[in-house]
Amino acid sequence: MEDTLVIKGIEFRSRLWVGTGKYKDFNETARAIEASGADMVTVAVRRVNIIDRKSENLLDYLDPKKYKILPNTAGCYTVEDALRYSRLAREAGVSDMIKLEVIGDERTLFPDTIGLLKATETLAKEGFIVFPYTNDDPIMAKRLEDAGAAAVMPLGAPIGSGLGIRNPYNIKIILEAAKVPIIVDAGVGTASDAAIAMELGCDAVLINTAIAGAGDPIAMAEAMKHAVLAGRLAYRAGRIGKKLYATASSPFEGML
Amino acid sequence: MRLKVNGERYETGRSTIAELLDELGILPERVAVEVNLKVIKRADFAHYALHEGDAVEVVNFVGGG
Repeated sequence: MEDTLVIKGIEFRSRLWVGTGKYKDFNETARAIEASGADMVTVAVRRVNIIDRKSENLLDYLDPKKYKILPNTAGCYTVEDALRYSRLAREAGVSDMIKLEVIGDERTLFPDTIGLLKATETLAKEGFIVFPYTNDDPIMAKRLEDAGAAAVMPLGAPIGSGLGIRNPYNIKIILEAAKVPIIVDAGVGTASDAAIAMELGCDAVLINTAIAGAGDPIAMAEAMKHAVLAGRLAYRAGRIGKKLYATASSPFEGML
Repeated sequence: MRLKVNGERYETGRSTIAELLDELGILPERVAVEVNLKVIKRADFAHYALHEGDAVEVVNFVGGG
């Protein structure tokens, strides 16, 4: 059965989105992304080093025919910076998509949701396809949707923490109310975390550290691919209800 | 002409963004350029004239999450 994720007319082959940070080198990045099956790939926007020019560029390793590039505003702590990075990203790339981060605190990297909302509003009006990275707050998710977010990206846990989906109930409430896709961004530590996010009904999961930081990033990328597929299938299949006591799987009838 | 390029003092004889990128050995298709906080469209690189004291930022995509 056809089950393609479509956002603002853009079709995604995979419901696993991956980051490109923290890899050993571009070759490992490319191999991990290939193994993940993802076609949506996040990148950061940074100054070109004009003194020590490296000949290699990340984009040399990402075939534009295979991958959609989603620039982020990681490292931005103010609305002004997030807008500046977004506008530069649009000019550097080929699309209007932006993974919008307005960070509130260095230690937790939790979003500054007040700034995030303002930046989402502004960028949506400028024609950006905005994917705001937010916390697992159902009210804020709704506000971001109303402000024009193309999808909302609640965290499962702090960025790079690997703590998994810390508040599945909030994610569930977000999903119940959402009219735009919900994509868990941040916090996934291993395959089961990704599966849980998808079983809850999330439309996709974005993973970076859990793959790039794994003992074998290529193998973990493949594990994540299967986890997201399994979680999505389980969600669509409809899981059984939880009961406190046993119900026998084998019939009584015919027993001796 | 003295500029600030990516926060560093930079002296150049070139006069447009396209020429500056060429001098720096940077492919224009891979970068975005901002002059004095204003994003310059790639199509304008060839004729956008730089001036003494301009603050130029040249950014590209790097690995990130």
